[in-house]
Amino acid sequence: MHPFQETIHSKSRQRKETYIKGLFCCMTIAIIIPLILIIGYMLHEASPVLSADFLLKAPERGMKAGGIWPALLGTIYLVMMSLIVAAPIGVMAAIYLNEYAGDNWLTRTVNLAVINLAGVPSIVHALFGLGAFVLFAGMGKSILAASLTLAVMTLPVIITSTKESLAAVPMAFREACWNVGATKWQTIRRVVIPNSISGMLTGFILEVSRAAGETAPIMFTGAVFYKAVEEGNLFAYNLTDQCMALSMHLFTISTQVPGVPEAIPFATAIVLLGTVLVINAFSIAFRIYLRSRKRW
Amino acid sequence: MEPKIEISSLRVKYGSKEALKGLSFQIMKNEILGIIGPAQSGKTTLLKVVNRTIEHVPGVELNGMVSIDGVDIFKMRDVHALRRRVGMVAPLPVGLPLSIYENVAFAPRTGGMNNKAKLDVIVERCLTQAALWDEVKDRLHTLGTKLSGGQQQRLTIARALSHNPEILCLDEFSIAIDPVTTMRIEEVLKELRSSMTIILVTNLVQQARRLADRTAFILNGELVELAETNLLFSDQAVDQRTKDYVGGIFG
Repeated sequence: MHPFQETIHSKSRQRKETYIKGLFCCMTIAIIIPLILIIGYMLHEASPVLSADFLLKAPERGMKAGGIWPALLGTIYLVMMSLIVAAPIGVMAAIYLNEYAGDNWLTRTVNLAVINLAGVPSIVHALFGLGAFVLFAGMGKSILAASLTLAVMTLPVIITSTKESLAAVPMAFREACWNVGATKWQTIRRVVIPNSISGMLTGFILEVSRAAGETAPIMFTGAVFYKAVEEGNLFAYNLTDQCMALSMHLFTISTQVPGVPEAIPFATAIVLLGTVLVINAFSIAFRIYLRSRKRW
Repeated sequence: MEPKIEISSLRVKYGSKEALKGLSFQIMKNEILGIIGPAQSGKTTLLKVVNRTIEHVPGVELNGMVSIDGVDIFKMRDVHALRRRVGMVAPLPVGLPLSIYENVAFAPRTGGMNNKAKLDVIVERCLTQAALWDEVKDRLHTLGTKLSGGQQQRLTIARALSHNPEILCLDEFSIAIDPVTTMRIEEVLKELRSSMTIILVTNLVQQARRLADRTAFILNGELVELAETNLLFSDQAVDQRTKDYVGGIFG
């Protein structure tokens, strides 16, 4: 027999390979289809009201007409504030846990606590925020209290993803730096962080998406049903103000207010999705740039 | 000859596993000390002790004393200054994810030097010493990690020389390099001997024979024998295990 002739076994292996590849491909398509359907359907339903005016005008006639400017601006404030608070704390904590802390029962406990914290329901974070920031710290219901609550809620996500991206940097790089007398910080700053930034950005993207979408944590701590602010002014809110937010707005107009035209909730949902995408677009673009010059 | 490094009853334990079981010997100034021995006998551990990077290994336990120029290294306050006195070349090449230039300039920069002209001089000198300059001089600002394995290993050697060490530790530096380049680096090492003390850990018994002034045979964390290289490789080796190992009977 010719050595390269096909045997029954090699044919069945190839068939199997084809089936398996096909199966995985189908699953990938299966997760894309609902996404396209959802977005397509929402865009279709929202099209009658979706316009620049919808973005930049305040709601009118008890939410039954007009735009969503105060809610859009509120969400931007909440998300950016929570990111500004959570990102540095989360990144620094992750660096400490991964680079400095030894492997002992205390750090293992801290790691476990971080993972568990990520699993705590958002309503629990809401109650914590109400107790700690609104009442105890005396911030009252405000953008500040709400975004701090969101920051606490999203910290574990940032810590976990940052830690994973740090751990993905080969140990040999660190040893090479230590060998030439670099301090831990010099090693981290010049070699470890530049090579784990794209993973950290993934954490920020998750943070933004979650902070923008959550309703419960901000309901008790700073978000309100209606708030009048100057239309089109990016600095219309103060940090001590209460604010509207897209997620909460979507919830109220779809369940609490009778007689809202169908298109408005859908348009609100599209704007919420779009806001998250736009904020994330910056980190996604930066991440693509970094990937393009991956160094090893 | 005066001793550069003195090691006395050095014990290293990783958890319950004892890697070095009480080593005592001296390394003379400006000599090449070959260290031979099979895998897992503690050679790499010994080098890690000399620049104290062993302290980054979790759960390690150290006993005994190591001194450089008569000063106990474990009592040195500035461990980073100690590490700059010791050049270390690991067995597998590690090009840092920086440009070729920055790979070599890394150590001087972390030491606080930022003078471009001085850095240029250091980079050229070290790359030349590591027999790499001619191959990379036109692309110093491309990534070091894109070099071939052998080139990266020479880059590692260049980096180890970049902070003007008094002691150079080479841990099986030639396993990723072709024989011709190995020979070129061996020539460089012979020249460097006049300005530094070299510890050459090697799996290639013949390499120790070619280069080392004295050779130590380490087995299972114990020093079996330390003698003039030509003595150790002759019939006059005292210990039967040494004779067997260098004769290729085991190991």
